[in-house]
Amino acid sequence: MANAEAHHDHAHGHDDHHHGPDKGIMRWIKTTNHKDLGTLYLIFAFSMFFVGGLMSLVIRAELWEPGLQFVDPEFFNQMTTMHALVMIFGGVMPAFTGLANWMVPMMVGASDMALPRVNNWGFWILPFAFTLLLSTLFMDGGAPAGGWTMYPPLVLQTGEGFPFLIFAIHLMGISSITGAINVVVTVLNLRAPGMTLLKMPLFCWTWLITAYLLIATMPVLAGAVTMLLTDKYFGTSFFTASGGGDPVMFQHIFWFFGHPEVYILILPAFGVVSTIIPAFARKPLFGYDSMVYATASIAFLSFIVWAHHMFTVGMPLAGELFFMFSTMLIAVPTGVKVFNWIATMWRGSMTFETPMLFAIAFVFLFSIGGFSGLMLAIAPVDFQYHDTYFVVAHFHYVLVPGAVFSIIAAVYYWIPKWTGVMYSEFWGKVHFWLSAIAVNVTFFPQHFSGLAGMQRRVPDYAVQFVDFNQVSTIGAFVFFIAQFIFIGNMIRCMAKKGEKATQQVWEGARGLEWTVPSPAPYHTFEDPPKVNDEILGFPSHGKAH
Amino acid sequence: MSASNRAGIRHGWRLGLVVVAMFGFGFALGPLYDAICRVTGINGKLSGEVADEAAITLVDESRLITVQFVTTVNGGKPWEFRAEQSEIQVHPGQLTTVNFFMRNTEGRDVVAQAVPNVAPWNAAKHMHKTECFCFNNQPFKAGEGKDMPVRFVLDPALPADVDTVTLSYTFFDVTETAKPAVVLPQVQGYQS
Ligand code: HEM
Ligand SMILES: [Cu+2]
Repeated sequence: MANAEAHHDHAHGHDDHHHGPDKGIMRWIKTTNHKDLGTLYLIFAFSMFFVGGLMSLVIRAELWEPGLQFVDPEFFNQMTTMHALVMIFGGVMPAFTGLANWMVPMMVGASDMALPRVNNWGFWILPFAFTLLLSTLFMDGGAPAGGWTMYPPLVLQTGEGFPFLIFAIHLMGISSITGAINVVVTVLNLRAPGMTLLKMPLFCWTWLITAYLLIATMPVLAGAVTMLLTDKYFGTSFFTASGGGDPVMFQHIFWFFGHPEVYILILPAFGVVSTIIPAFARKPLFGYDSMVYATASIAFLSFIVWAHHMFTVGMPLAGELFFMFSTMLIAVPTGVKVFNWIATMWRGSMTFETPMLFAIAFVFLFSIGGFSGLMLAIAPVDFQYHDTYFVVAHFHYVLVPGAVFSIIAAVYYWIPKWTGVMYSEFWGKVHFWLSAIAVNVTFFPQHFSGLAGMQRRVPDYAVQFVDFNQVSTIGAFVFFIAQFIFIGNMIRCMAKKGEKATQQVWEGARGLEWTVPSPAPYHTFEDPPKVNDEILGFPSHGKAH
Repeated sequence: MSASNRAGIRHGWRLGLVVVAMFGFGFALGPLYDAICRVTGINGKLSGEVADEAAITLVDESRLITVQFVTTVNGGKPWEFRAEQSEIQVHPGQLTTVNFFMRNTEGRDVVAQAVPNVAPWNAAKHMHKTECFCFNNQPFKAGEGKDMPVRFVLDPALPADVDTVTLSYTFFDVTETAKPAVVLPQVQGYQS
């Protein structure tokens, strides 16, 4: 972008601010450009989805039949543990950070993220973190196998990989904290003049709140795993009963992080869906303000419900009741959101391009996950459901057709802006239908096997569960293979093959990102743009929202 | 531009402070948890104090409580560990002695530490012991077996809805760390 102001100094540290990208590999290593970093995050995330996906196929293949088929129980447990860690910390979280990098500056009309150097470090920590984590697979004693929740004393039996697990978690934590700080500072300091907080795109709102959750909870996780490390190697007894510690205390600390973490995984998804549905319903988002308040209340409530993961540890009755009712309370703001999405579609002139299909599937299937969550929230029945496949079904409904579908929807929605080329709508639809069907084939039967008593994290099972498991395994393989359609479609865009995208791309899309050309130039909004209700997608006459 | 950038960097550092504070908070949760459990007794831990035999005078003969004993050896050790009787009936306020037996069946000397727990949780703070092998760690020679008495009294303030109390002991192998016992008289804390 040759630009008139190209000659002012470099004092503010954006070294590559005024020229195009460098050439070669150093461009990617040294880049502080939010679009480059967004791309790197997304490529990293999808590589991790692939690795984590392979692990899940090992699990599903082993569960094809009862008894032991392919792997021994120890390796099976390494797979369940690593699958979760890789998908959560390597897939979903970096993917959302990638989307934030690409979109938040463009949505608020800033030229870049507020702290571009920090942004670069934040990304480049991740490959090291996951090299550490994945290298444990080749060590004496293998990878961690005690579950992604790392409960002591079991996790303390991990072999040589144990310190690698802990340091990997530390690095992932640092990376997501830097990403979060960047989002907060960008959103709060660099908004275009005239964009008040309640005129900010909802994706920025949900990410802002997510960022606060990250800043508040990742350090707590770092503390918890540090205590594990000192318990194992330095003779402390935070969680060791023989030394006066209490292993249940780990569960409290872990879930104090862990429950807000599940909202870290879903709030940005809410933002994506709240962006896409109005675009294809060609109507402003219904209840914008209530969306913001609902997101904030979900975030607040997420700090007082953690022990719903621990109903069976032997809490006093008052505790069971408190955590049961506070958990159920979360369904209220969540219900507000689902209502608003449906009301946005109500009487809209809807079209069903691929991003919209994924967004609608999100609303339906995420709600199923919300309902199973409500069932799990009932303390007396959780005694039956806990640690069964019912829980596995619950969190996969909220995470796969929830978080992951929203990431896919976001990529379809914005990739014409990123690359300047339309993806193939035909293959997009094929990808959608295969994914939407396969995800249900995979996870729906797990509700039934779970209710009937099939435990999670065990490679063998009673013969009565064979049918459910075989259906599940078939679904999993179809889902995995279907994702290559998506990858191919996106590579086609990145290779600039396909129909050229217009600046507007989608007729009903609103927001500052659609006021710049497609593909978006390397530098956008060097001068703050002018904003008004029309551009931002608010009703432009009469009372605002 | 650069003014807003400086503001941004300052804002970034402030958030960094929050991160440091939350890291500290994670560690503070330990003592906090312990304090809450000690005040409320909800995790079934005993106060760890040696009860004073002379202070117990009143026996409530109107109530009869069943006290059950559970013995566990941690970490798959082959040790023999049992209570002489699996349960007894006592009146609140009545000082009682029960013998436990443990044998180190291994061919090496070990140091073992027993960790007690009481259920239901609201009985924990009413279980007082004047003598217990869990007050100290216990050395065992290879093949050695020991009788170990526990003297306890349930205080008459035991909630009325409690008619059965379970006292469980888990023996841990602490040969390598051989640290001072957990429940040293007067010493409390989660970290030794
Ligand atoms: C209405 C909303 C929700 C409710 C009431 C709810 C409730 C619960 C409960 C009670 C459990 C514990 C089950 C057990 O272990 O016995 C649970 C587990 C879980 N939930 Fe949710 N949940 C909700 C939404 C979500 C969302 C949005 C996510 C993530 C995006 C999520 C992810 C998880 C995960 C990962 C677990 C399992 C953790 C583990 O044990 O490994 N949940 N949920
Ligand atoms: Cu939760």
